[in-house]
Amino acid sequence: MTSRRVRFTFEPDKIQQPVIYELGHKFEVITNIRMADVDNSVGWVVLELEGDAEEIGRSLEWAREVGVRVDDATLGDVVEGS
Amino acid sequence: MSFETALRCRECGREYPLDPIFSCEFCFGPLEVAYDYAAIRGSMTRESIMAGPPTLWRYADLLPCDPDFRVDLGTGFTPLVRADRLAARLGLDRLWLKNDTVNPTWSFKDRVVSVAIARARQFGFDAMACASTGNLANSVAAHSSAAGMEAFVFIPSDLEQGKVVGSNVYDPTLVMVDGSYDDVNRLCTELSADRNWAFVNINVRPYYAEGSRTLAFEVAEQLGWRAPDHIVAPLASGSLYTKIWKGLKEFADIGLIDEPHTRMSGAQATGCSPIAKAYFDGTLNFVPQKPDTIAKSLAIGNPADGYYALKQMEETDGGAEMATDAEIVEGVKLLAETEGIFAETAGGVTIACLKRMVESGHIRKDEETVAFITGAGLKTIEAVQGELTEPLHIAPNAQEFDEAFAARSSALAGATAGGA
Repeated sequence: MTSRRVRFTFEPDKIQQPVIYELGHKFEVITNIRMADVDNSVGWVVLELEGDAEEIGRSLEWAREVGVRVDDATLGDVVEGS
Repeated sequence: MSFETALRCRECGREYPLDPIFSCEFCFGPLEVAYDYAAIRGSMTRESIMAGPPTLWRYADLLPCDPDFRVDLGTGFTPLVRADRLAARLGLDRLWLKNDTVNPTWSFKDRVVSVAIARARQFGFDAMACASTGNLANSVAAHSSAAGMEAFVFIPSDLEQGKVVGSNVYDPTLVMVDGSYDDVNRLCTELSADRNWAFVNINVRPYYAEGSRTLAFEVAEQLGWRAPDHIVAPLASGSLYTKIWKGLKEFADIGLIDEPHTRMSGAQATGCSPIAKAYFDGTLNFVPQKPDTIAKSLAIGNPADGYYALKQMEETDGGAEMATDAEIVEGVKLLAETEGIFAETAGGVTIACLKRMVESGHIRKDEETVAFITGAGLKTIEAVQGELTEPLHIAPNAQEFDEAFAARSSALAGATAGGA
């Protein structure tokens, strides 16, 4: 078992889709929402995923395929600018 | 003396010991250094600061590290230049430029790395690491060399030559990573998880980020112990922009300046503008972007402090602007031609956005404004090559010079007449 902290960003057309619910059913991954904010134009959810590392990887790949932007939750971009 | 007391979650306020950690275990919010301001108030005065060295270490009481561990290349206390010629061109009464191009590795990153490496040495790390769009790479490599520490420096493989050589000359383990920007981010996040390195913008980030506050301390001191009406700073992760405001408020809290009423505005390139776009859309929730701009040092598509930057715009009645690549080049040239400062593309972004903000009325003519020029132009000569007036090319005799000069003068006069 391992855990990953990720941030999902939803464009307006994805906000109504139960992506996190579906992810928890399609994959052997436990989802635990820690922070979230959704408004009319965009929404984001910070969550912890627990499970087998490869299964988590597959679940994130699926999330990307359905149009969710997936980023590391705690760091933003690691490559640093000004 | 150092007066840091704990790390505190910016979201939920939980406190943690002063360890090499960066996010809250409960809400995943970012950790920030907390200080004993009452003690600092008793220790730090205008006089004690002015008696200090002409570097950022004159503010050591407000830095989260033991200054005995510092690696001092002479960073900070850079010029605050009165920019009358540029002000006149833009239509401002009073404009100042904080010229951070003159730091030891020619960018403001020397400020944050100075603090990060001191704290890393205090923690007992013997290797530094970073993932960088160039300026940070230069600074980490240089400071690590000066400290005799190993350095691991990761950069995207399409960086400007000046920034690649400007890191490699210090002989770090320099890694040029092929792949998309997201790939580089993913790789470095993975590597940081299980290496015993002080990864400056990851596990020592809370300390590292505090170094940017010295820009605000210096501006306030150099203006005669007061804050300006308006500040324009470049936005990448949003850290620099938020720390400048934090620094001004801290100076007021410890009684060194009056309460600041500075309007804080940020500058982005149109090709990487998640924060500016969210500002114009009227939301605090930015949408991450895939960067595509010549301003590579600002090419942060998923800014860690983007939300806080947007909150700060609200809080200070500030704002944001964005500039196209063509405007960025014009900004670099305008700054060089009017004030004699050759900035990298980030400086072009700042000047181009400043120009837009004045034109739109966001910055009023009578607001005393400070713009931050954060890196030197020799790092990004590719951006302006081919955009400048061609030099006269002659054989070594006076007649050729006279003829070439006359030909160019008449061509310029013709162009001016044609344009009038």
